[in-house]
Amino acid sequence: MTATPHETKNASRTAGIPFLLKTAFINAAIALVLFSLMVGIRTEAGSDGQLTYWARFGDLASLVAAVFGGSIVIELLRQWIGPTGTEKLVPASVQSSMSFVGRYLAPALLIFTLLVPVIFYNQRYILDLAILVLTYVMLGWGLNVVVGLAGLLDLGYVAFYAVGAYSYGLLATNFGLSFWVCLPLAGILAAFWGVLLGFPVLRLRGDYLAIVTLAFGEIIRLVIINWQDLTGGPNGVSGIPRPSFFGIPLDNSDDGLAAKLGIEYSPTHRIVFLFYLILALALLTNWVTIRLRRLPIGRAWEALREDEVACRALGINTTTTKLTAFATGAMFGGFAGAFFATRQGFISPESFTFQESALVLAIVVLGGMGSQLGVALAALAMIGGFELFRSLETYRMLVFGMAMVLIMIWRPRGLIGHRAPTVYLTKAQTISSDLVKEGHG
Amino acid sequence: MDYFAQQLINGLVLGSIYGLIAIGYTMVYGIVGMINFAHGDIFMIGGFIALITFLILISLGLTAIPVILLVVLLVSMAITALYGWTIERIAYRPLRHSFRLAPMLSAIGMSFVLTNYSQVAQGARVKPIPPFITGGYTLHESADGFVIQLSNIQIMVVITTIVLLAIFTWLVSRTRLGRDMRACEQDQTMAALLGVNVDRTISMTFVIGAALAAVAGLMYLLYYGLVDFFMGFVAGIKAFTAAVLGGIGSLPGAMLGGLAIGLIETFWSAYFSVEYKDVAAFSILIVVLIFMPTGLLGRPEVEKV
Repeated sequence: MTATPHETKNASRTAGIPFLLKTAFINAAIALVLFSLMVGIRTEAGSDGQLTYWARFGDLASLVAAVFGGSIVIELLRQWIGPTGTEKLVPASVQSSMSFVGRYLAPALLIFTLLVPVIFYNQRYILDLAILVLTYVMLGWGLNVVVGLAGLLDLGYVAFYAVGAYSYGLLATNFGLSFWVCLPLAGILAAFWGVLLGFPVLRLRGDYLAIVTLAFGEIIRLVIINWQDLTGGPNGVSGIPRPSFFGIPLDNSDDGLAAKLGIEYSPTHRIVFLFYLILALALLTNWVTIRLRRLPIGRAWEALREDEVACRALGINTTTTKLTAFATGAMFGGFAGAFFATRQGFISPESFTFQESALVLAIVVLGGMGSQLGVALAALAMIGGFELFRSLETYRMLVFGMAMVLIMIWRPRGLIGHRAPTVYLTKAQTISSDLVKEGHG
Repeated sequence: MDYFAQQLINGLVLGSIYGLIAIGYTMVYGIVGMINFAHGDIFMIGGFIALITFLILISLGLTAIPVILLVVLLVSMAITALYGWTIERIAYRPLRHSFRLAPMLSAIGMSFVLTNYSQVAQGARVKPIPPFITGGYTLHESADGFVIQLSNIQIMVVITTIVLLAIFTWLVSRTRLGRDMRACEQDQTMAALLGVNVDRTISMTFVIGAALAAVAGLMYLLYYGLVDFFMGFVAGIKAFTAAVLGGIGSLPGAMLGGLAIGLIETFWSAYFSVEYKDVAAFSILIVVLIFMPTGLLGRPEVEKV
């Protein structure tokens, strides 16, 4: 029998302790050089503007030691577990139970979500967190239309979020329009901006598109910061009215909802109302997306994602296809923005940085690009994870960045892949990158 | 007119810095076909390492400015190059044959890692240094007292850029490594068949790009007298704009684009508004991509099925 690649990898497993130590030493040496100045020396500007510095050799040593130990552990794991993507024989029972879970997970999650305000009525923190998660679920589903379905990599999605938030904030504070009038307006305005962005980028390929959308997002943010007469600049817009229950305010007044229903007023009512509001908006996004997917336009989006040239050859109008994708995604972003503004009561440009765009994009990618359930779970994992690391404050984004890199290396197609099979019967097959050209729009 | 001439000088100096960063983008894009999103942060790391080396050398009692500058330049180039190499090794190489978006997302993650790493390691406050290279020449003094200044640091930035470009052009056009790089750019499989070590060539591309970014970081530090952990993001996008404007994949194009962006930004700040200078730079990126997707010196890209 000839040596298959599998066997040669087996052979390399026998590489013993010397090899292990050598790798670890090299890695530690590299780490020492990398961290020597950046970690080993700490600089700080004193009160008189004079820079001072002090050494932190302890931190440096522990970091290098961590790299040394870490590379031994990783190397051992690699040898024990073997190369990734080896054969996985999945028993039929496990498979059927997985499909069972897959079928009932979404309804179960939905029912649980509906019950969250009932279960956690007295836990304000959990309710707030749930609202935050749902906001990101909605944003993720909105961006999913652009990235997951149409395959257009959008790094400036936060621009539409900002447009929606500022539309509502400014219309409500300047003209006294109510939330329910502004919500569709915010969506329409955001969709308009989506088309405006869509037009110039029609001819661009994946990476260029990404950079242009990023530039667009930054332009919107910079304009918001600098156009102080309209937007209040860095100070933001404050005093944005809270939403009403279709005209009935949710406050402690005589014509408030609580008084009309004859129940005792509690500030939690508004939180619960906000929760169901964002849930409804998110479900609307989901429903529209699922319906659109079955329409010709949805099919056209997916065709565009797979191969633009073939798509054009089949007579699909790529211009309108791309523009509708941008507009639809932007509209949902605008809705979410309006909700964000009414929930916070205050908006400022700081909420609309590139980090937000990257976070939403990470949610979509982690969710498997195109899978609705995956996006929802990814949003839960991401925002929940962020909350877990809240105490680490400055390390949070560091961990987020590392997680993004590791996820890309470990599972580039997301945790819950919609397009790649999650379970392999025989051998893991890497799909040639020629066959899948996401972002090749 | 004098005001115009002064802005021209300022713009060319700023453009040189952008050009040095842009070369890193354009080289990586040419060979691997990905936007190295973390490149702006590599530039920032280069600036920080230069700053720390400066501090150490001065506290060691060195006074000869040329010696200090040379040591700082070499140290920051070497360490930053190692950063570039490590990043390619960790975040990009495993994804080379993955789907198109994967390396880009990994690069965005890496950019976050680098930004926050230097924030955690060095603090969030802006780090100023006292001016090292002072003095300059007065080129012309007009009747109303406006003076065109050409400072020594500006001369140094431009000369360093020209020297580096000369070395770099020689490297790419005359050496074995340059030939390998151009071969990999055209066809990696074929290059590998003909005995080019593709992995090593790509690594070297990242190393050279990072070293040039480190020089840009040092120049930025000397010219503006400060570094902070967030400066890589905007500088990175502008340098990428420069690379696109010049035609991505084209090395002289990157330098040309850098100069153009530097000039546009300076003149915009001088004649219109400082607040919107970044908006101007980003708008140019969009306009260029719409009307001239291949840039000034780029080759048109043929899409194959």
